[in-house]
Amino acid sequence: MIDTNTGGQGPIPPASAPDRRAARKRRLRSIAGTVLSLALTLLGLLLVTFIIGRVMPIDPVLKVVGDRATQAQYDAAYQAMGLDQPLVVQFFRYLTEVLTGDFGRSISTGQPVIEDIKRVFPATLELATLGTLIGVSIGVPLGVIAAARRGGIIDQVARVVALVGYSMPIFWLGLMGLLLFYGILGWVGGPGRQGIIYDGMVPHVTGMILVDSLIAGDWGAFRDAFSHIILPASLLGYFSLAYISRMTRSFMLEQLSAEYITTGRVKGLSERAVIWRHAFRNISIPLVTVIALSFGSLLEGSVLTEIIFSWPGLGQYITKTLLAGDMNAVLGGTVVVGTCFIGLNLLSDLLYRVLDPRSK
Amino acid sequence: MSESPITRPQSRREWLLSDAPQTRRQARLGAIYQGWLTFRANKLAMFGLIILILLIFMAVFAPWLAPQSPFAQNLAGRLQPPSAEHWLGTDALGRDILSRLIHGSRITLFIVGTVALIAPIIGLFIGTVAGFAGGWVDQVLMRITDIFLAFPKLILALAFVAALGPSIGNAVLALALTAWPPYARLARAETLTIRHADYIAAARLQGAGPLRLLIRHIWPLCISSLIVRVALDMAGIILSAAGLGFLGLGAQPPMPEWGAMISDGRVYILDHWWVAAMPGLAIFIVSLAFNLLGDGLRDVLDPKGAKE
Amino acid sequence: MKHLLTPRAILLASALAIAPAAYAETPADTLVIAATIDDIISLDPAQTFEFSGNDVNRNTYDRLVDFDPLDMEAGFKPSLAESWEMSEDGMSITFTMREGVTFHSGNPVRAEDAAWSLQRVVKLNKTPAFILTQFGFTPENVEEKITFDGNKLTLNLDKAYAQSFILNCLTAMVASVVDKETVMANAEGEDFGNTWLNTNEAGSGAFELAAWRPNEAVQLIAYEDYWRGASEMKRVVVRNVPESSAQRLLLEQGDIDAARDLTPTDVEALSEAEGIKIQNEPRGRILYMGLNQKDELLSNPAVIEAMKYLVDYEGITNSFLKGMFVTHQSFLPQGYLGELKENPWTYDVEKAKQILADAGIEGGTVTTKIRDLREYIDVAQTLQGAMAEVGLTLEIEQMTGAQVLDAYRAREVPIFLGEWGPDYSDPNTNAATFAYNPDNSDEAKATGLLAWRNAYAVPTEMGEATEAATLEQDSEKRGQMYRDIQKQYQAEAPIIPLFQRIANTGLQENVQNWNTGGAVTSVMYHQVTKGE
Repeated sequence: MIDTNTGGQGPIPPASAPDRRAARKRRLRSIAGTVLSLALTLLGLLLVTFIIGRVMPIDPVLKVVGDRATQAQYDAAYQAMGLDQPLVVQFFRYLTEVLTGDFGRSISTGQPVIEDIKRVFPATLELATLGTLIGVSIGVPLGVIAAARRGGIIDQVARVVALVGYSMPIFWLGLMGLLLFYGILGWVGGPGRQGIIYDGMVPHVTGMILVDSLIAGDWGAFRDAFSHIILPASLLGYFSLAYISRMTRSFMLEQLSAEYITTGRVKGLSERAVIWRHAFRNISIPLVTVIALSFGSLLEGSVLTEIIFSWPGLGQYITKTLLAGDMNAVLGGTVVVGTCFIGLNLLSDLLYRVLDPRSK
Repeated sequence: MSESPITRPQSRREWLLSDAPQTRRQARLGAIYQGWLTFRANKLAMFGLIILILLIFMAVFAPWLAPQSPFAQNLAGRLQPPSAEHWLGTDALGRDILSRLIHGSRITLFIVGTVALIAPIIGLFIGTVAGFAGGWVDQVLMRITDIFLAFPKLILALAFVAALGPSIGNAVLALALTAWPPYARLARAETLTIRHADYIAAARLQGAGPLRLLIRHIWPLCISSLIVRVALDMAGIILSAAGLGFLGLGAQPPMPEWGAMISDGRVYILDHWWVAAMPGLAIFIVSLAFNLLGDGLRDVLDPKGAKE
Repeated sequence: MKHLLTPRAILLASALAIAPAAYAETPADTLVIAATIDDIISLDPAQTFEFSGNDVNRNTYDRLVDFDPLDMEAGFKPSLAESWEMSEDGMSITFTMREGVTFHSGNPVRAEDAAWSLQRVVKLNKTPAFILTQFGFTPENVEEKITFDGNKLTLNLDKAYAQSFILNCLTAMVASVVDKETVMANAEGEDFGNTWLNTNEAGSGAFELAAWRPNEAVQLIAYEDYWRGASEMKRVVVRNVPESSAQRLLLEQGDIDAARDLTPTDVEALSEAEGIKIQNEPRGRILYMGLNQKDELLSNPAVIEAMKYLVDYEGITNSFLKGMFVTHQSFLPQGYLGELKENPWTYDVEKAKQILADAGIEGGTVTTKIRDLREYIDVAQTLQGAMAEVGLTLEIEQMTGAQVLDAYRAREVPIFLGEWGPDYSDPNTNAATFAYNPDNSDEAKATGLLAWRNAYAVPTEMGEATEAATLEQDSEKRGQMYRDIQKQYQAEAPIIPLFQRIANTGLQENVQNWNTGGAVTSVMYHQVTKGE
């Protein structure tokens, strides 16, 4: 997914002085267009989720009333949930509620969906952010060096690292990591976000325990949370590293074969300057897109990682509620994931416009 | 066509590498041969290719290769470690893991093959139409693509399988359904770069209709980058299929699907490592092979960053 | 990968410089438990019907009568009710409330609270309400039927039920006594505080609910003024840990005191680990095979008979269900009044073959839906193997619990493999669902009855016997009635009980008096102590 959305508008022509006004107008229109298309995408997302929820042969009423319910109890719950209304009515009712910030109540936790998401999303956000940080801080330099010394030992190593990362079943690696680093060596904390002693001790501010414990100035809690997050984050980091390093390498190769690089070399620029100051600067834009996408896919919540590490995050939440036919929760979760994705896309688009010299 | 390579004093290799090809066929074959030479020089890619050939061989001759029936249970001899009798040990119901892996290769190949065929074709179609038609068609198709792209993948696959009932066929469909958007993006980008090319204009002047332009002139040019992308995605498909199997939504018991086998073995992972490790290893090796092959293919087919 | 993942992890881990306290044992006054608690959807006793929700309510609420965790054999004992008395005609029962007991709010526990709690259940009419409404209470008449006067509470029944039947039902979590004043202060509209109680608690039990984070954790704090005396454990933390292997690692590392969902392999490994013990208790859940009588093949008596011999009882309980289930071929769990000890069937493919041959059945195919739980799938696969040997083909479709249940309630599962857990500690709980189905028509929609779900038209005299057993005052005779019903059931019913579940709890050596509630109730923490 190297290509971004911008391709659609075609190259932006350089603005000549008399055209400036028209250009501003055009830019305004393009922003309005972006916002509109964003809204449409979100609406489409909701609609598709909603339809999926209704098509799924999982009965949400049963989750509410349970196995032993009589037909009368079942019917009462069915009506109370508004399922007897036509689909269109249900969808519009849902939509108006969402617009007022009410995502409804989850039937599998009995709590408002918004509360659930406030609880599970920070857990995923924390994990995904740290995972991406690890992936970027190792993957980018690895990719750049691999491209600079193409065919060299680092390139080979990077290739193997990446391919192994692409090819490894994550649940297997996760369980083995847990066994080794927690079970045998005892270096890291076990499953869950915190040691039991610290459970519920740090005041809830952002929901991200690392951040909250820093705000509270509680170093013990911070260290404890860090020892729990480091293993799953490294695991996710490894997978994003594999992707990022590969993409970095191929962007760099493209740049390094460009003419201006040859010119620079001929002019006697140092190799370091050529690589970092020129080639790398030019790949920063597509790289941002790649990183944003990889971050986005981690935000989706790696269900398997979350299961293995008993990590109460968004991925587990959505999967579990989906299989229970708990559509309010699934819709809420999807909206969050979808918004993140679209937001990240938009962000990389904007960065593209800001950073790309041609669009100035 | 008229000249058979054997009648000439030229060797077949020379004929293929000739820089003055006499027929279109010779030129095409020559290009393929050139590519093959580049590919062959890449040892890792060759390694991947060999593994995949072995896999196909294994799948084709599974009933003859497997030492035992993949379904024969023996509760008394369950969870046996690898031994002379059971090279890779036995699983929780006492079935021979090696035999199950060998038979499972058929399922894996089926899944990967089908998804790798369906998803890029959907993507190619949507992407090229969007890129070629432009305007509102482009807008609509790309918004749909965005929706699917912004959708949590596993949810989509899960929902799909849950809606249609769990089976291999439905797992394949679900995976294809979640896998196409990136291909559509890619195909659209390629189309945009070539739609104003001179030769397209030339073909248009010669009276080619839009459909003909799309099929004869645009698709062939998109295909090579799609193939590279598919080869690199193959491993991801295997892993996603394994993930679905892991969640019980892929192949149904007692079919020896590798992901489902890992899922079966997960319970025993701490004490009887081989039950999950063997299918895990199989998935790993095959994914690695696909990745190596994809990497090699990229060097051959993708002009960008290929030659230095 | 070894030389890449490892150094980085080493670096990061050593940067932590081995976090202190985190790896020590759990605090002496805190009980830390790992379990799967993602089934909780409500903590209101009038609504809660899931295992984990009941586990919480067992400790935060008291009932009129309760089991004594240190003397389970004795059956129910006085709890919030000090004593009780049946009327002459057996149509009503009057309880005398214990004096001086307070709710967590400080309010006294009165007969009024008890009456209101039971009325509330009937009026809200949520799923578990049937445990009370089977005595003839309806939302309309309940205020006359359940009355209080001073410290006396009276239940007026519609029949002269066996006293043991009534009191066993009152041990169910749905009969928990809630604090009327506190709940009414939080009521919304006509909900009797249901919304508030779903996530809060207003009981008099040994523990107060400190926090419930769904799919994450439940925290309980000891109630210092508990009438039985404050619990030694001041804090109980139940963590949601879905993976057995993760639970085992936590236990081995000393991060938890109890692990409740261990698979047989992990149990086996832990039983040899130092400092850890495994406690087995039979639970009430019965794993059974239901043969749907709408299926032509399965409604053939010869097939029903043959199927009983196609389950490898011994092989299964000695291998993948080892320690997790024991063979049990009657519908009342071991530990219940009227339990039947004989297990008449063994794994005998030849016999099954003979039975089928005698009936002239040459083969057939059944496609069924099985819940995607490891145990069920494995049992289904061994059954599949055995059926293949006698020429029957079984096709398995794995589905989620919700999907299978949905189909089951629509009578669309040909061969059901799954568990049934009793709803209260009286034999009627299972008899009334396995051996009772007054109207077998589709229109009856008796979706709560297992017999109906399998389209099994229970013979009239068996159904009558089931009803009669609830009215027998002599417990000895009552037990015999249930034994007779079960014998007849084993002979002809298409619903075949196979195994009974065993709870295996992995515990730190110093944890004493752990009790998961056995076959009759839910887990109890009040009596738990930690030695040394």
